[in-house]
Amino acid sequence: MITRTTGLLVAVVALGFVVLTGIWLGTKDISFLETWRVLWHPDGSPDSIIIHDYRVPRTILGLLVGAALGLSGALMQALTRNPLADPGLLGVSLGASSGVVVAIAFVGVSGVLGYVWFAFVGAAIAAVVVYLLGSAGRTLATPERLVLAGAAVTAVLYAFNTAVLLVDPRAFNQFRFWNAGSLAGRDYDVVTALLPFLAVGIALALALARPLNVLALGEEMSRALGANVGRTRIAGAVAVTLLCGAATAAAGPIGFVGLAVPHVARLIVGPDQRWVLPYTLVLSPILLIGSDTLGRVIGSPGEVQVGIVTAFVGAPVFLALCRRRKLSAL
Amino acid sequence: MSTLITGRVVRLRGYSVRFDPRALAVAVGLVVALAVVSVFSLGTGDFALSPGAVIDSLVGDGTPIADFIVQTIRLPRLLTAVLVGGALGASGAILQRLSGNPLGSPDIIGFTYGSATGALIMITVVHGSMMAIAGGALVGGLATAVLIYALAFGRGGVASRFVLVGIGVGAMLLSANSYLITRASWQDALAAQAWLFGTLNGRGWQQVILIGVAIAVLFPIAGYFARKLALLDLGDDMARALGVGVDWARFALIVTSVALAAFATAATGPIWFVALAAPQLAHRLARGGGPGMMTSAWMGALLLALSDLGVQRLFPDTQLPVGTATGVLGGLYLIWFLATRRREGRA
Repeated sequence: MITRTTGLLVAVVALGFVVLTGIWLGTKDISFLETWRVLWHPDGSPDSIIIHDYRVPRTILGLLVGAALGLSGALMQALTRNPLADPGLLGVSLGASSGVVVAIAFVGVSGVLGYVWFAFVGAAIAAVVVYLLGSAGRTLATPERLVLAGAAVTAVLYAFNTAVLLVDPRAFNQFRFWNAGSLAGRDYDVVTALLPFLAVGIALALALARPLNVLALGEEMSRALGANVGRTRIAGAVAVTLLCGAATAAAGPIGFVGLAVPHVARLIVGPDQRWVLPYTLVLSPILLIGSDTLGRVIGSPGEVQVGIVTAFVGAPVFLALCRRRKLSAL
Repeated sequence: MSTLITGRVVRLRGYSVRFDPRALAVAVGLVVALAVVSVFSLGTGDFALSPGAVIDSLVGDGTPIADFIVQTIRLPRLLTAVLVGGALGASGAILQRLSGNPLGSPDIIGFTYGSATGALIMITVVHGSMMAIAGGALVGGLATAVLIYALAFGRGGVASRFVLVGIGVGAMLLSANSYLITRASWQDALAAQAWLFGTLNGRGWQQVILIGVAIAVLFPIAGYFARKLALLDLGDDMARALGVGVDWARFALIVTSVALAAFATAATGPIWFVALAAPQLAHRLARGGGPGMMTSAWMGALLLALSDLGVQRLFPDTQLPVGTATGVLGGLYLIWFLATRRREGRA
């Protein structure tokens, strides 16, 4: 019987492997030994430049974006007690998309650094609107209503995006690459710009583990136990916005990491959020960086965007899960 | 829901017919509203015609110029809108009822994405004609349904997993679609993106016949099985005890529903939200009497005809696809729906 701590260590080691593989494999063939050498001793050779200027920042970004997406999905599922909650489903990713559409079409911004802020604002607005719509006056947010609110907001934003992009073909051409979800061509500037948001978001998420465990008992029960349900929900929403907004701004909408990984984590460790959240934190980047590497290998000499790969890797896992048993309880 | 089957039963010489006065009134009201919208839609535009002239032309004694404008230009577009809207409304009503979920419409469960994948392959890879694109959409939608059904099939019945599996498959197809768009040349990508929002621009008699035949075949089938649908609400065991072939009825209904949505999508491209909103609106108006397939169909037709009228008259220069209008309207409708439910304090 492997304990949960050992399992987490194994996951961390696996993550280390995936990170190394991500740095090693790519369009330019570089041997593993060479990769290992220039990784620690940059020497200005072309291989060294490729690794340090392209693959390392890309992998770091993959770590951050993966962790952020996974955690925001886990938080949403715990907060709404809805196994289908996902940044995409609840409209937050599309909020970020709309922010980027505004940035490209109306403000004339180009480049990820410019998108970041618009995407962030869009995600935040969408999250707030969905939450306000989903939470009732007298009763608190119910899972169904949140999902419906997410679908409503998604539809409005999707129509808005398409209308704008149809009228402005130039913006569409710029947008379609961002929209597929990709880690390509992002450098350290993007990482540094997003790091503060992501760090706060991750810390906040991990701090919420205990309150979320109480929330899982149901609203009345957790209130009776003296928990502050409203505060947990608001803190959770803030964390979700930070994580999902920043991740989407950096890489475009990437689905299924936030949906699938928390289910896998719960399958391994059960419903205790104090374990689910750390496992999600470690497992999500494995899925994301692994998918990114896979996309570069199968798409060679070009690449398949990571958002597309995660869907094709994550969806079968998810389908297998909902076939195998009742969804891991929330 | 205590009133699964409402209305009164009329018996005559051994035959009995059940009818629901309220549902009937709602249906009649919708038909009248649709007729008004239609006449208005046919009579306005760059060349205005009086309602009288429109009706004259429709019954066959209009002036040549009115005949040309009504019958060649405006009527096919309007009929496509009405038929596609009707097909989507009925499709949504069946699926929502089957899945027991107000979100269980073909555009949320992955069918529409599947149709889009089929069409996008035709646009970006095969470079097919308009009919080839429609064929691609049809095959894509039906194949997706088969896939979802096969994946959801298992112990405990299909229904419980159907929505979940559909959303999973849908998300996968959505990303396949964005892959196809990124790989395409700029012109192809633009055409594909335009197709992704259903439009009635340039729709002619070809589309009317396509969707008309589909409706003529599929509506009676759906109607036959929809009677059993009401019994399915009692639960699988109860329905089985009452002699309903539960699995067969459910399978047949899913197939008809998907086929309706797939034909509609083949005719116009994906039109979002009609299939989601029409059954909900019809349900509200009719206060939940019966399965509401026909009421939903009329509601869908009215919604789409109105949306298309709005798009044509409010934005005459941009040729905005009607799909954008239904997307915005549907989203606003849901927001209103949630807001009123909130005020009423119901969960």
